[in-house]
Amino acid sequence: MSLVEASQVEKTYLSGEIQVPAIRSADFTIEAASFVSFVGPSGSGKSTLLNMIGCLDRPTSGSLKVVDTDISQLDRNAAAKFRGQHIGFIFQDFNLIPVLTVAENIEYPLLMVQNWSPEKRQERVKELMDAVDISDQANKYPDQLSGGQKQRVAVARALVTHAKLILADEPTANLDHDTAYRIIDLMKKMRDDYNTTFIFSTHDTKIMDAAEIIYTLEDGQVIQTKGAGNHE
Amino acid sequence: MNRVFRIAARNLLRYRRRTALTTLLITIGVVAMLLFVSTAGSFKAMMVGQITDSMLGHLQIHKKGYVSSIESLPLTLNMKPEMVEKVEAVFASTKGIEAWSPRIKLGAMFSNFAQTTSIRLNGVDPEKELATCPELIKRIIQGDSDKLLEPGKILIPELIAKGLKVKPGDSVVLVATNKDGSVNGINFIVQGVLEGISGPGGRDGYMHIDDARQLLRIDDTEISEIVVRLNNPKSLKQTLQKLNNSLGEVTNQKGQPAFEVHGWDKLSPFSNIAKMIDLMTLFIKVMLVSIVLISVMNVMIMAVYERIREIGTIAAMGTLPSNILKLFVIEGFLLGLLGAILGTAISVVTILILQQAEITFSFGRQTGLVLYPLISINDIVFASVIVVAVSVLASLQPAWKASRMDPIDALRHV
Repeated sequence: MSLVEASQVEKTYLSGEIQVPAIRSADFTIEAASFVSFVGPSGSGKSTLLNMIGCLDRPTSGSLKVVDTDISQLDRNAAAKFRGQHIGFIFQDFNLIPVLTVAENIEYPLLMVQNWSPEKRQERVKELMDAVDISDQANKYPDQLSGGQKQRVAVARALVTHAKLILADEPTANLDHDTAYRIIDLMKKMRDDYNTTFIFSTHDTKIMDAAEIIYTLEDGQVIQTKGAGNHE
Repeated sequence: MNRVFRIAARNLLRYRRRTALTTLLITIGVVAMLLFVSTAGSFKAMMVGQITDSMLGHLQIHKKGYVSSIESLPLTLNMKPEMVEKVEAVFASTKGIEAWSPRIKLGAMFSNFAQTTSIRLNGVDPEKELATCPELIKRIIQGDSDKLLEPGKILIPELIAKGLKVKPGDSVVLVATNKDGSVNGINFIVQGVLEGISGPGGRDGYMHIDDARQLLRIDDTEISEIVVRLNNPKSLKQTLQKLNNSLGEVTNQKGQPAFEVHGWDKLSPFSNIAKMIDLMTLFIKVMLVSIVLISVMNVMIMAVYERIREIGTIAAMGTLPSNILKLFVIEGFLLGLLGAILGTAISVVTILILQQAEITFSFGRQTGLVLYPLISINDIVFASVIVVAVSVLASLQPAWKASRMDPIDALRHV
C-alpha cells in the first residue's frame, strides 16, 4: 500500500466567477520512506498539492489517500487529528514559536497535539535534538538562532511525533546554499534514520537533484520526471 | 496543563507594555470598586447601625394609621393593652426576635423656668429599650451614661441643652396635654444630654415609661409603638412578612387590620440614601465589568491578529481548534487573574491605611464621624470572580476566531 495515492485529483479555485484550475487530473503515488520533491515555477501548484496531501485543503474532485485515509472525507477536527498523528510540516519561514525555547518548540506537538507524559516528552525531545545536532542550543529562543539552526529545529519538531510523512514547502528558500544543502542532507539522514517519507517543494535546481523522485508541476499538470517509472 | 499556562503566560509577556497597561486598567477598576464598596458600604452599615441600634430598632409595630400621623404624635392612636397582648402572643410564635421595647411617644413643652421650647419624647422601659436599642446609651454625651434612665429623670437632646443652656442635674419642667385635652406638668431632673443623629427621632428626648404615663395621666398600659430588634438584621424581610401575616389577621371593629408593621427602611429617609449607595455600587460594578470586557477583548483581538501565522502553524501541526481556543482563553484568564490579585492587594493595603488614618467627615448635622472602611471576603471574592469571569468571556470571541481560522489562510498571512 502506497503512503500517498492520488487519482484524478483536481483543484480549482474561484476567482470572482471564473474557475481557475490549480491542479489538473493528478495521478501519482508515493511510497513510504521516499525522498520526493515537487518542483516547478511559482504558481505551478506545488503548495496547493502539498496542502492537499497535508490535509490542509481538499481536492475539488478525484481521490487523494494519505496513509490509507481518504482525506476529502475528513472534517475540520478529524483533519487536525490526522495531521497531528501522521504528518509533520517544515515551513519556508521556519515558523517557530518565538516565546518558546528550542526544546519547547520541539516539545510543542507532543504537549498540545499528542498529549505525551512529561518524562516521555523530555526523552523524545532530547533524542530529536541530538539527531539534528541542536542540543547545545536547547535553551535558546528562535531569535537567538541562525536560519540553518532554526530549520534544524523545525525538522526536529516535524519528526518528534513519529510522523509518517513530512511535508516541507520550500524549506531552503530562506537559507544560503551551503546551509540549504546541509538541511536537505539532514532531511535525507532523518528519512534514513526514522524511515519517514519526506516531500518537499523547491524551484532550486541544485536542491531538487537531492530528491530521489521528482514530480514536476506545470500549469497544474503533475508529471514524474525523476525516479522509478518516470515518464520523461 | 501547567505547561499550557506557562505558554500562555509567556505569550502575555511577549507584549509587555500592552499586557502591563491592560493589567493596570483592570487593577484600577478592581481598586476603584473595592474602595468604593468598602467606604460606601461601611458608611451605609454605620448609619444603618446607628439608626437601628440607637433609635428605630429593626422594625416597629403601630396601631393602623399611626405612622401617617406620626408628626403630631397622636395619643388617640395608641395601642390598648389587649392589642399589646396580641402582639406579644405573635412574638412568642415568631422566630428571630431578639428583643422588643414598648414606647409612649409624646410632645411636651420643656421649660428651664426661664425659657420654654417644645420637645418630642419617648417614654421607655430602660431595660427593654437597652435590649432593643443597645447603642442608645452611647449617645449620652453629657451626664451619667452608666444606665439609661431612672424614674424622675430625663435625657434631653443636644440641641435643646445648648439652646436653653441646660446641663445634667438641672431641674426642668415638662408640660403635656393628654388625649382628653387636659394639661399636666411635672418637674424632672436632667440625667443626661443625648447626641443628635440623622433621621426621625434623632433629636427626641427620653423619659421613663412610668413617668410618661404619669405626665399623660394614662392609667392602663397603652403604648404608642413597639420597637423590635432581630437576631439577624438580614432576616428583616422575612420577619416583616411573618408579622404582617400574623398581625394582619387581627382586625378592628370595622373589620380593618388593627396593626401596621414597618421596617426601619420605611421609617427613615436614610433608606433612600442607602438605596442610592446600592445603585452607585451597582454602577461601579458595571463600570468594572465594562473596563475588563473592553480592555481584555481589545488586547486579545490584537494578540490574535498579530499571531495569525503562528495560529496557522500550530493548526497545521494538528492542534485541535478546541486547544487553540483554550490557549487564548487562558491568556485572558491570566490577565484577569493578575489584575484581580494586584487590585485586591492594593485595595486591602489602602483600606488598612485608611483605617489607621481615621479620617473624619460630617453627615447632616453629625460631625466627627470616622471613616472606617471595611471589606468582606465576599466582596473580594465577588470582585475577583467577576473580573476573571469577564476576562474569560472577553477572550472567548477572539479565541473562537483564532480556533476557526483556516490554516492555509493563516499561514499565508503577512
